[in-house]
Amino acid sequence: MPEMRIIRTYVDRANSESIRSYIASGGYTALPTALKMDPLRIIDEVKKSGLRGRGGAGFPTGIKWSFIQRDSKKPIYLCCNADESEPGSFKDREIIERDPHQMLEGIIIACYAINSHKCYIYIRGEMPKGARVLETSIYEAYEKGFLGENILGSGFNIDVVLFKGAGAYICGEETGLLESIEGKNGEPRPKPPFPAQIGLFGCPTIVNNVETLACVPHIINRGAEWFSSIGTPKNTGTKIYGLSGSINRPGLYELPLGIPLRELIHEYGEGVPKGRHVKAISPGGSSAPVLTAEEIDIPMDFDSLAKAGSMLGTAGVTVIDDSTCMVRVAENLAHFYRDESCGQCVQCREGTWWLEKMLAKIEEGRGRMEYIDTLLDACFQMKGTTICALADGCAMPIESIVKKFRHEFEEHIRLGKCPFGDRHMGTWDESN
Amino acid sequence: MPLSDKLKEKINKTVSKSETKQSALIPVFHEVQSEHGWLSQESMEEVAELLGIPPASVQNVATFYTMFFTKPVGKHVLWLCRTLSCALRGAEQVEHYLSEKLQIHTGETTPDGKITLLEAECLASCGTAPVMLIDDELHENLTKKRIDELIEKLRRE
Ligand SMILES: Cc1cc2nc3c(=O)[nH]c(=O)nc-3n(C[C@H](O)[C@H](O)[C@H](O)COP(=O)(O)O)c2cc1C
Ligand code: SF4
Ligand code: FES
Repeated sequence: MPEMRIIRTYVDRANSESIRSYIASGGYTALPTALKMDPLRIIDEVKKSGLRGRGGAGFPTGIKWSFIQRDSKKPIYLCCNADESEPGSFKDREIIERDPHQMLEGIIIACYAINSHKCYIYIRGEMPKGARVLETSIYEAYEKGFLGENILGSGFNIDVVLFKGAGAYICGEETGLLESIEGKNGEPRPKPPFPAQIGLFGCPTIVNNVETLACVPHIINRGAEWFSSIGTPKNTGTKIYGLSGSINRPGLYELPLGIPLRELIHEYGEGVPKGRHVKAISPGGSSAPVLTAEEIDIPMDFDSLAKAGSMLGTAGVTVIDDSTCMVRVAENLAHFYRDESCGQCVQCREGTWWLEKMLAKIEEGRGRMEYIDTLLDACFQMKGTTICALADGCAMPIESIVKKFRHEFEEHIRLGKCPFGDRHMGTWDESN
Repeated sequence: MPLSDKLKEKINKTVSKSETKQSALIPVFHEVQSEHGWLSQESMEEVAELLGIPPASVQNVATFYTMFFTKPVGKHVLWLCRTLSCALRGAEQVEHYLSEKLQIHTGETTPDGKITLLEAECLASCGTAPVMLIDDELHENLTKKRIDELIEKLRRE
């Protein structure tokens, strides 16, 4: 079955990143329409479309925009979150590299709607190609008069600044991102106040994900009703799902929200390599609790996954097969979060460090049975007690792995070694 | 190495375009590092003076971000992704292969100062794992043959 491409329609076309290609395929037609609309009507339309943030939390975009006091005496900022660093997630990079004007048009419309004259695009430092592409796209948009002063004769001015990060997952957290733009360590701020009240440089600010903003021109062009007819009633539109790990056809697939996970893995991804079986699935980026093979019959949308105790997150699906040791998976994840913790909160700084250490001990066969409950305890302590959600993002998947694959932990401890042998994790298809 | 006049001019321009002096810091670090290859104590002190920020806080920010080098690195930097999706596609084996080929451990630089091998966290390319970033270019679906070619090219330069 083909994908349902809205955002990915032109990504395979040569030079799809150029403004010429974007305009030739009907791009920048939502902008003049939007500029003729009352900004409040745009916010209303986005509300009606049901669009929910694609950065991980699924917060309704139109509602977020309506939190901005549009007649603020202070400047209002929009920040486009192009930090994409969630393990398993690689959808924003494609939009940035292959169809950046879609996102820029979304940015311009969003700015007009929230009365912002300046947008920062925060791109992670490890995306040098994306940064080069965006530099060109921004330049092209200024040249055509879509950015700058008096956009298309509307009297409205917008400047877009590209801001390059320098290697820190935590700068994807919206307030860590703001701190980073301000030239400081990307250490998240306690909330409230939320950025819509006190954000960048103390001013009202909206932070939106790349994919969220890329949806906006389509909503303006084709209407809220059309958008909300895709997906499920509370999870509207398409979603760009990522498939990676142990899967025959890894890659990106744009499909209506609510597509069954089984279909995504077995039809679109063509299943796991021959002779292996699905063991676990990380359904929404590494911070989401894992699902077992038995839980595969679930619709891939925000609410269904939340109900099953996991989350859609960034919809980056990582498939783990039965040749992989789950203790090593947990250890690999703990390493990531330990590496990326900003260190402000004790529970997170010490918890991530301690989890990695204990998991390594168990993996090496030096664990004891009582460690298992201590691990669960530690995860519990880390949840809901810190400034930002990174600590939860570490605790949730690890807790789920310990709970759902407890027997593997016990076996390591009983045997005094890894039952999967001490060979490497995963298989390198070195000659492809 | 002190900052050249040309670089200082560039920095002043960046500062003048920024909303606050502090907010010019990260863009300025990128500018200095792309000229010098790293951020030396000396250059950070100069940046502190140009931006009117205490040197200690300049240093603090530089060390927070993994892509800013406060110690010298090789002419080329290899960032090999180690995170889950790449690990499931053999990133550990890739690391062994690279480390044997270059005769260095991860975190080290070849004795000729040409190549530094570093570990990266998820590079947003999980669908084409295993992957590594070499300086400003991403390389996907790594195989032995591809790695051999890439390293050969770096060595020949
Ligand atoms: C640790 C952490 C990392 C995050 N990283 C990203 C990211 O890389 N990109 C992103 O869009 N959102 C990320 N988020 C979510 C942002 O905080 C924020 O919710 C999002 O950018 C809002 O955009 P949306 O409403 O369009 O989804 C992260 C959150 C946390 C807690
Ligand atoms: S939870 Fe972790 S990453 Fe988030 S603010 Fe606290 S220490 Fe920093
Ligand atoms: S895990 Fe390596 S690119 Fe995502």
